[in-house]
Amino acid sequence: MSSSTLSGESSKKNSTIQSRRSRNNSLTSGHRACQGCGEALGARCAIDAAYHAAAGKITVVNATGCLEVFSCSFPENAWNVPWLHSLFGNAAAVATGVAAALHSQGKEDVRVIAQGGDGATGDIGMGCLSGMFDRNDDVLYICYDNQAYMNTGVQRSGTTPPLARTATTVPHKNYAGSDPQTGKNVAQIAMAHEIPYVATASIGNIQDLEKKVSKAINIRGSKYVHVHVPCPLGWGYDTAETIKIARLAIQCGLFPLFEAEYGKLARSTAIEDPISIEDYLKPQKRFAHLFGKNASSESLDILRKIANSNIEKYRLGKTADD
Amino acid sequence: MFQVRIHGRGGQGVVSAAEMLSVAAFLEKKFAQAFPSFGSERMGAPVTAFCRISDKEIRLREPILEPTAVIIQDRSIIEFSDAFQGVINGGFVLINSPVDVQNDLKNVTVKCIDATGIALEHIGRPIPNAILLGSFAALTRNIGIDSVIEAIKAKFAGPVAEKNIAAARIAYDKTVEEIQCGTS
Amino acid sequence: MRYQLEGSQAIAKAVALCRPKVVCAYPITPQTHVVEGIGEVVRSGELSDCKFINVESEMAALSVAIGSQATGVRSYTATSSQGLLYMMEAVYNASGLELPIVMTLGNRAIGSPINIWNDHSDAMAGRDSGWIMLFAETNQEALDLHIQAFKIAEKIGLPVMVCVDGFILTHAYEPVDIPSQKEVDAFLPSYVPTVSLDIHKPLAIGTMVSPEYFMEVRYLAHQKQIDALQVICCIGEEFKKQFGRNSGGLLSEYKTEDAEVIVVTLGSIAGTIKDVIDDLNSRGKKFGVISIVSYRPFPADALKDSLKRAKMVIVVEKAFAVGIGGILSHEIELIMKDTEVEVFSIIAGLGGRSITKPMLQEYFLRKKYEKATFLGLKKKIIADKYEVRSCSNQEGSV
Repeated sequence: MSSSTLSGESSKKNSTIQSRRSRNNSLTSGHRACQGCGEALGARCAIDAAYHAAAGKITVVNATGCLEVFSCSFPENAWNVPWLHSLFGNAAAVATGVAAALHSQGKEDVRVIAQGGDGATGDIGMGCLSGMFDRNDDVLYICYDNQAYMNTGVQRSGTTPPLARTATTVPHKNYAGSDPQTGKNVAQIAMAHEIPYVATASIGNIQDLEKKVSKAINIRGSKYVHVHVPCPLGWGYDTAETIKIARLAIQCGLFPLFEAEYGKLARSTAIEDPISIEDYLKPQKRFAHLFGKNASSESLDILRKIANSNIEKYRLGKTADD
Repeated sequence: MFQVRIHGRGGQGVVSAAEMLSVAAFLEKKFAQAFPSFGSERMGAPVTAFCRISDKEIRLREPILEPTAVIIQDRSIIEFSDAFQGVINGGFVLINSPVDVQNDLKNVTVKCIDATGIALEHIGRPIPNAILLGSFAALTRNIGIDSVIEAIKAKFAGPVAEKNIAAARIAYDKTVEEIQCGTS
Repeated sequence: MRYQLEGSQAIAKAVALCRPKVVCAYPITPQTHVVEGIGEVVRSGELSDCKFINVESEMAALSVAIGSQATGVRSYTATSSQGLLYMMEAVYNASGLELPIVMTLGNRAIGSPINIWNDHSDAMAGRDSGWIMLFAETNQEALDLHIQAFKIAEKIGLPVMVCVDGFILTHAYEPVDIPSQKEVDAFLPSYVPTVSLDIHKPLAIGTMVSPEYFMEVRYLAHQKQIDALQVICCIGEEFKKQFGRNSGGLLSEYKTEDAEVIVVTLGSIAGTIKDVIDDLNSRGKKFGVISIVSYRPFPADALKDSLKRAKMVIVVEKAFAVGIGGILSHEIELIMKDTEVEVFSIIAGLGGRSITKPMLQEYFLRKKYEKATFLGLKKKIIADKYEVRSCSNQEGSV
């Protein structure tokens, strides 16, 4: 296609939906997200991919949180899709209602997305999310995980990694950030419901993110995509580094990319060029206390164990065949 | 206004009895109101239900304190609760019992019938409610046996309805006969 | 056609006749029979194009209804007591989003102490939520008000809560007239949403409103509630015209024309009160009764018009504000403050305590009323508690 040169697109085969002129700009420019916001990028890519895959027939339910706050402020809003915000903890249930209404109207070709941050998904919205999975409601739930309550000023959430500093887990003499042995794996919780499709994705791999959302949106029943979205404000890194940080998380094994079908691991993305966890943690101020004068190697071991366990559990290592 | 209080235990169809009685009255073009002693009763726990029957619209919503008739579906209730409380002069007490039950009621017609026995024989389960309603129709003459039978049909279906109807009719005939003979 | 039916079943039939497209349910006593009844109607195919969703909490129940109503279909749910509190965040959200959802509230006390029986504490907890709140006196009214509720909700663009006394009505068998589908269809046209999620007209619903606009949005909500008074009246009249029953409107008045004392109340207790005052009036007293049908919006003008003719108002209320007193009586005091009419409060029937004719009669015949009376208190229990307290105080001071 000649227009690809005009728009600077590389070969269509490898290009992302986001790089195409035909993208919908579902979350359009002019919103109020922070510079370098991972969640804004994640939502934009995910919803554009879904829009593309569902031929524009999508409806979005949004939980309260950063994404909701920065994307709409009466009388303006940045959404180019039908969009509904109700509350913090009920997005999954509201989406169930939307899907039920579409069903009763005979409009099942309109696909339903619920989206929210990690707090809205794994903490306050866990009940509604689990109920939606339990009923296998025809909704794609997308969680943008930046691992703390960023909207309220970086307090700990259920997906905050052990040892990370947040406003409510400030390191002190006897405390090194968020407590060890805490945190939950929402993708695994989703898998336990044996829903048709669960995937993890990251803005460090847009092609993979788009592929997974595109696949999920057209599956009937409950789908869950958990997207890793670094937050420069909450994590303490330079705003230009968001994608890089996301990639480092994948490369060190702390954020595994995988797909699961009906509760079983189906595919995972092997780490191309492995790095140490230190390479990922060091650029982030939320982990700075792990590297200072008083740092203990035990602390780093806790995170290293998680990364190693991920590599083993999700088969992220290169096999001999590769 | 004819007011009926039904005592029994969870699982014996006490609430259903009040419901069926109200339906029977409704079928006779009377006003009727039935309600349970509101609670989260479990199987075997004491249960009370009420039924009011009147020619006029019923507005009153208090529990029945001065019943015209009391139906006791389980006589073990009598030992620990004041099941006969407030029965009016000239009222009725119908007790599910194979033997006479001691009482100090005055100006009240007391009748015992082995409803559980009849139930086991004709229904195959110890559910005495429909049988007692059959007997109640004969004892009080407040409601016709045909209406009771129609109410049973409205509540149950198939063989369960048939068996309950047969048993209720037996209880009705037996009670009519006993009243005529002057026995209790 | 007339049937002898349980209140919950009558409500379920009424809701089914209104052809909701989405019904969601989470069980709580005493609301359960209502949603069981609708579930049955849906599953049996009687209401085949409705989706009945069993959810995991009351929060989800109302949230599902929010989602479906916002997508443009008639939606219904029901709850009671703790369930209403659990969904309260969504209760405010539904009215803020102006979604015409209809919900039955099977009125029940709120714990602790846990209590499953009837009073109006749950409804009072939702009184400032922006919902329209209608109270039923009988099962016939409960049925009729549900049919009117959908019409009122959709006409105004606000959710409606139909309050029905738990157990006393929900579990009572009474004769009810159930209109035919044709009659209900003639009264209630199919739902045409003013705003909904639509792929052809994408818009954002539920955006953040900053201080520059928030006051105005709230003021408009206030005006909308007040405007609803007229709509409720009109739809009540329309209903009466079509069905011949006077079961809607703002107030239901009984023998108030020349009453010296007017008893004001909410819900099913009005029936017992009517029986009591008929006895009293036959002995030369002049009592009347007003049961408030539309508690929200509060019919201040209509109520004042009727009450100002009396010398005295006695409010029988099944809920109170702890440390303050009656809630409904306070609201009535407020509207009557520039009149000579005295307002007294009877707080009664809390947590299912029976309100009997003798209790009310004894009170109504008193020579002098207290400002507020807890009717039928067991003085011995309270005295014992005070004794225990004063003992421990003594111990404490040693």
